[in-house]
Formats: sequence, structure tokens, C-alpha cells
Amino acid sequence: MDLVIAVILQILYGIANLALISLGLAIIFGMMRVINLAHGEFLMLGGYTVVVATNNGVNLWFAMLVLAPVVVGVIGVIVERLLIRWLYGRMVDTLLATWGLSLLFIGLVTTIFGASTATTISPPLGVVHIGEYTSSGYELFLIGVTIALLILVWAVLKFTKLGLVSRGTMQNAEMAEALGVSTNRIYMVTFGLGAMVSGLAGGLLAPITGVLPTIGAIYIAKAFITVISGGMAILAGTTSASVLLGGVNGIVDFLTGPTIGEVALLLTAIILLRLMPRGITGSWFKKSL
Amino acid sequence: MRQGEIVLETRGLSMYFGGVKAVDRVDFSLWANELRCLIGPNGAGKSTFFKCLTGQLTPTAGDVVIRDVHVAGREPHEVSALGVGIKTQVPNVFNGLSVEENVWLAARRWHGPTRARSLTGETLERLQLTEIRGETVDKLAHGQRQWVELGMVVAAEPWLVLLDEPAAGMTHEETIRTAELIREINKTATLIVVEHDMQFIRMISKTVTLFHEGRVLMEDTMEAISADPKAREVYLGTRA
Amino acid sequence: MRLSLDFRGTVIVAILGVLFMLIAPSLFSKVTIIKLNVPIALALLALSLALVWGYGGILCFGQTAFFGLGAYAYSIAALNFGGSTGAILVAILVAAAAAAILGYVVFYGRVSDVYLAVITLTVTLILYSLMRRTSGPDYKIGDALLGGFNGIKSPKLNLPWDHTDTLNRLELFYPSIVALILAYLLCGWLVRTHFGRVCESIRENELRAELIGYDTRLYKLGIFTIGAALAGLAGVLFCIGVTRVTPDVFNLYTASLTIIWVIVGGRGTLIGPILGAFGLYYLTEWLGKTASLNNNLILGIVLIVFVLGVPKGVVPTITDWIQQRRGTRSMRATERRMRMRRARAVSEEPGE
Repeated sequence: MDLVIAVILQILYGIANLALISLGLAIIFGMMRVINLAHGEFLMLGGYTVVVATNNGVNLWFAMLVLAPVVVGVIGVIVERLLIRWLYGRMVDTLLATWGLSLLFIGLVTTIFGASTATTISPPLGVVHIGEYTSSGYELFLIGVTIALLILVWAVLKFTKLGLVSRGTMQNAEMAEALGVSTNRIYMVTFGLGAMVSGLAGGLLAPITGVLPTIGAIYIAKAFITVISGGMAILAGTTSASVLLGGVNGIVDFLTGPTIGEVALLLTAIILLRLMPRGITGSWFKKSL
Repeated sequence: MRQGEIVLETRGLSMYFGGVKAVDRVDFSLWANELRCLIGPNGAGKSTFFKCLTGQLTPTAGDVVIRDVHVAGREPHEVSALGVGIKTQVPNVFNGLSVEENVWLAARRWHGPTRARSLTGETLERLQLTEIRGETVDKLAHGQRQWVELGMVVAAEPWLVLLDEPAAGMTHEETIRTAELIREINKTATLIVVEHDMQFIRMISKTVTLFHEGRVLMEDTMEAISADPKAREVYLGTRA
Repeated sequence: MRLSLDFRGTVIVAILGVLFMLIAPSLFSKVTIIKLNVPIALALLALSLALVWGYGGILCFGQTAFFGLGAYAYSIAALNFGGSTGAILVAILVAAAAAAILGYVVFYGRVSDVYLAVITLTVTLILYSLMRRTSGPDYKIGDALLGGFNGIKSPKLNLPWDHTDTLNRLELFYPSIVALILAYLLCGWLVRTHFGRVCESIRENELRAELIGYDTRLYKLGIFTIGAALAGLAGVLFCIGVTRVTPDVFNLYTASLTIIWVIVGGRGTLIGPILGAFGLYYLTEWLGKTASLNNNLILGIVLIVFVLGVPKGVVPTITDWIQQRRGTRSMRATERRMRMRRARAVSEEPGE
């Protein structure tokens, strides 16, 4: 029984982890049809923000929950103003430009902080005992944070003016423009918000994964699969794809060890896309957020 | 014209987008060698109907039969393989390639290299495109691009030709020439032409099918439809 | 006229390549020649993507997946077979088969462009993290230990009829450059065949290609698989050239490189990406040495500058420029002629 609980918690953490690293990407993709190939580097920058801040004596929680999202959010807005906005409607060029950005960030961070792991932070909150098994308290905390974050994004989309306007823009940019909505500003804010969420995720994961200039690559493969398997709907897509892929990954990991879990995740996604080329929410829950 | 065999038929053809019935249980028959125009106001469902015939859309319900082959839900290339030439509403051409290459690609699909080359030459002559054969298509004017597309349709020597607004965006002279061309194609092939332009329809039409709110409202000659009060109301917007 | 199978340009470039092969050993030091093996293999990889992306219009961001699979398959097979000839075939087949399976899913599922880009990239990244985890004695295929992070030592190339007669790295230069030249000729021929033209037409307008009766899925699958086979061969040459295959063939940096070569060299040309691969290889090496600039930084800037400023790439931009200059010159000539004719006409009709 204890084993079952421990395994379930582990799988839940895997699902939450996928949702956490994908949400920022999903927001930008769902709202703007832009796949941000520098997404991994946004996460990486969140991690570095936390490491640099805590090294300078800033409280860890403040660094993770406030500084990381704010810093990366600001970087996101700058990137949108300087680069992305020239490329709207040109999806392939946007992909390529954000790829260039990704390399640029990796290069810059390597130049400033060096190529190896910056000071590691040990995960706070210790361990939780479940009978004879233990689980990391911090991982449990991350599950909670992910759920809270999903609810927060849902509430923003559902109840705020920003959410309403951006959903309108999402449905029909020309129509929104005609109604006097500045789509330009909506895109800027959306990109900034997506970057903030990514920064938060990167900051929160820094104690678990450590930080490296190239750590983005570890995240992006999973984040991309999750987002395109999910489809356009930000929340329904991210959640359903995270549950499916995270579940598969967790179960395969449990059965065979950690080597082929990711491969199973990829294969699941490829089979899924053969059946539903527009992702889960392209076929189901079309009307959801 | 209503003689010989039926070459294209739809039975209960329906296409719904969410709650919108773009095409609603349409039964339609086309006889061999006909030149049929599909008309109707915007949103009457004629273009959706057209896309169901060409394999661009899979109908929600009903069937399309072209010479005993069920084509509903087939891919466009499978429809094309039946000997059907298709021109879409927006000019669909290979922008980065030359006029000649565009036509050649269509001819080469069904013929060996030698025949394809001579067929390309003939088609270019027939559409008066020979002079601009080397030009890249994206540098051409709108009307010329339409002809390049018509050239691609003709070059495959289809027995059934489906044209969606072939005269859209053309000058008056170009429209007249297109009408001539369509009549010429009709000598060897059966045609369906979706059109907006009433003058153009008068130039080519024999039988006209009037669409309204996803259904066939009338099927008659253009004169009869023009004279019909109900048709005038839905189509011309003038109350009789 | 493009229909007249104008193959001359391609042949001229190939002849220049052969001349280079013959002259290079007397011009350069042995070390330079040995070092050339790497950019030659990379140029073949660039060529494979030039075919798939530049001509086929298929946005494959993970061409390195097939490159890496080729390198791994060769190393594993050669260790097991005790010779290189069959192993090269295995490598090409493995790469092509992987592409055929993946291509079937994405093309027959009609997955959109951007999804395709992301999926292919993901495939290579997942292979990267998979291969990194294969350290330890449990992970082996036949006699070949996969070696995790450290990879596998790649056996040398041997003569087809005598597996004990192996080529050293200096001698490797010849089969490498011959493979590149032959592959270039093959691609040059392929894009001018009916098949190649259909692929190009699909890049221009997939719906139109469908409507004139081509099953576009099949053509895309075909060119994707051929491109992957070439990438697999490039992987073989690469791993022999650097004597080892590691998971790094699959990493994000290598994947970025292939994209950048094609962008810089120009989509829709074959020679552009080849030159792009050579150029950027020596540029990053030089800048890394002299200015100790980080490679990622250089490539990031190059990519952004090209996407925003030179989106067509170097080779097409130059040819466009030359054509334009020729165009304006001939236009000026026509104008001059017209003016003279007008002047004559006026002088002939003095009464008016």
C-alpha cells in the first residue's frame, strides 16, 4: 500500500513536472501561434536568476517565486519588442529566429557564468515519510504549485479583461483589431506572461536539476511534445497531454528504469499525432481554454 | 441536354460546421457533356459543395459518385486520378516555378516525357501563354495566373472539369476570353462552373443550379431563373 | 529554360570538386587534409538537408537524428561484422528506415509544418538523452558497448575486398570527398527528374500538386527518406573521421548547425548549404581561437541576422543580384534602342 502511494506520488510529480515546464510555452503557442524555441533558455534563465540571487543572500523562496518570473518576464517583453513582433504571421521565420535567440542566450550565459554547473542549491522542505518509503517534500510542494498555477491561469483567462481580450484575439485577430483592441499590446503582454511562467518554472526546478547554460535542451524536448500533443487549447491541452505523457513516462520508468521512459513518451506522442494531427484538443475539448 | 449517362451525382450530401449547415442534403445530378453553372448568394454553400466534390472537404453525410466511384472522403489526388480537372477559387499555382513548368507538371502526371512536352506546348498555345512561358508565375498579373491554373487543368486532358470562380478578378476582355475557353473545353469535357458574375454566366451557361442556404433552390436555364420571382429575391436581392 | 535539363552548373561544380580533390594533397599539409574529413562529412549532412528542406520544403529540424543514427549504426555494425563495407549499408538503411517510419506518421497524418519541425527536433533530442544514459556493461548490441556519454569507438574504413586493409585518416580524405561529390551529383540529378520537380511543386503549393493528381504524402516521404539516407552516410563518414561517435551527434548544437548551414547557404540551392557548412565550420573555429568567442553566441547571432536580414541565404541573394544587374543592363539597352527608334521615327516624319 505504501509502495502504491509512493509510486502514485512519483507519477503525479512526473505529470506536474511536465505541465510546469510546458505551460509557458503553451501560453505563447496557444495565444500567438508562435512556437518559442528559446523556451528552454527562458527556463534556464529562471534557474540562473535563482542561483545568482541566493548567492547574493536573497531568500530562496523570494528568488524562486518572485525574482525568477519577474526577471524572465522582463526579458520576454524585451525579446518580443526587439525580435518577435517583426515576424508575426511568419511561423517558420519565428521558429528560426527564436532558435537563434536560444543559441544566443546559451552563448551569453556560458560567457558570463562558465560552461559548468553553477552553485547548486539543495531542495528545501526535506523528506516526507510514507511508511517505509520516502518522498521529497519539495516535489510534493511542486505538485501543489503546478495545480495552483493552472488554476491561476484558468482564472486569468476566464475572468479578467485581459483574458477575455486575448481569447478574442486568439480567435480572430482582425476582428479584435477592428473592435479597437491593440493586438500589438496583447501579444506583448502574452509573450511576457508566457516568459514569466517559464521563468517561474525554471526557478522552481533549479534546486532539483541544478543549472547549466545548456540545461534548456533537457526541458524543451518534453515541453514541445507536451504542447503539440495537447494542441491549441492552453489549459486543457497542457493538462491532458501532461497526464497522458507524464503517466506513460512514469509507468514505464517504474517498470523498466529511467532509460527508456522518455522514449516511451516520444513514441506515445508520435502515435497520438498520427491519430490526432492537431493534438488532443484539436479533436476533443475544442471549446475549452 | 438531359440525356445519356449521369456522370456525377450526389445523394443527401451534407456538410455541417458545428451548427452551421453549409450544405444540407443536396441531391444533384450532372449529365455527360453538360456545362453546368452553380450560382447562389454568398454563403449559399456552393463553394463548400464544390470542395466536397473535389476531395478538399470530407462531407458530414451523404455521398458523391463520379462514374460509379464513391469519392466522398477521398483525397484530392484520388479524385483527380479519375480524370477530373479542378480549379480552386483562390488561384492555386506553383508561384516559384515558371509558367511552362506549372503546365508541364500537370501534363507529366498522366503522360510520358515526350507526350507531356508536346501537350505542354499545345496547352501554352491554346491559352496564349507561349510568350510568357519562361516567366515565374508569382510575377504575373492576377488574370494570367488564373489562366496558368486553367492551363494546368486543361493539360491533364480531363473529361470532367470543375471550376470555382474562373473569372474572378479578371478584366472584361479576360473574362470574355475565359468564357470562350470554357465553351471550347466543353466540346470535349463535362463542366461544373461555380460563379458569381451574372454576365459571365450568361456568356457560358446552359443549365444553372441555384443554391440557397445550403440547398438547391432551382435548376433551370439562366433565362428561367432570371424570370423567376423567388430566385430573383434570393439571388438578386430585388423583390418581385 | 528549366525544362531542358540544364545540368551544366552542377557538373561544373562537381568537376571543380574533383580538381580540388586532386590538387589539395599537394597544396595543404597532412594535418589540414586530415582535418578536412570533418567538414566534408558535415557538408554531406548539409546537402541532405538542402534536399529535404530546400527542395522538398520539409521543415526537418532534426536531420541530425538520421546523421547520428547512421554513425551509431555504422559503429555498432562494423564492430560486430569486423569490417566496414556491410556496416555502411546497414547505417544507410537504418537512417532511411527511421525516416520512413517517422515520415509515414507525419506525412500521412498530415501534421502541419511547424509541428513537423518540432517533432523532428524532439526526436533528435530524445535520442541524445537516451544515448547518454546507455553507460555500463548492460547496454550493448552484439559486441558493441554503447558507452553512454563516451560513445563508441568507430572502426576504420577498410577496402571492400580485404577487411584487414584499413584506410588511415589521410587516405579517408578520398572516399569522403568522392562520396560528397557523388551525392551532390545525385541530388543535382534528382531535383531535375520528374520526381524532384514534383517535390519542388509541393513545396510551392501542396494543394495544387494534389489537385493535379500527385499523392503529395508519398513524394514527401520519398524525398525525406532519401535525405535521411544521405544524412546516415554523412554520419558514417563523420564518425570515421573523428574516430568515435558520442551522443553529441544528437545534441541541440549539432541540430542548430545543420539548420544554420542551410539558412546561410540558401534554401533552394544545393551548393549553398555545402559552402555554408565549410564556411561556418572554419569561421567558428577561427573565431573560437582568435577571439575566444563562444560558438553558440556566434551561431545565434548569425542565425538571427540571416533570418531578419538575408532570409534567402547567400547563394540565392548573389544570383538574384547578378540577374538583376543583367536585367537592368538589358533593360537599359532596350530603352536605348527604343529611344533611337523613336528619334528615327520623328526624323522620318518631319511634316508632323
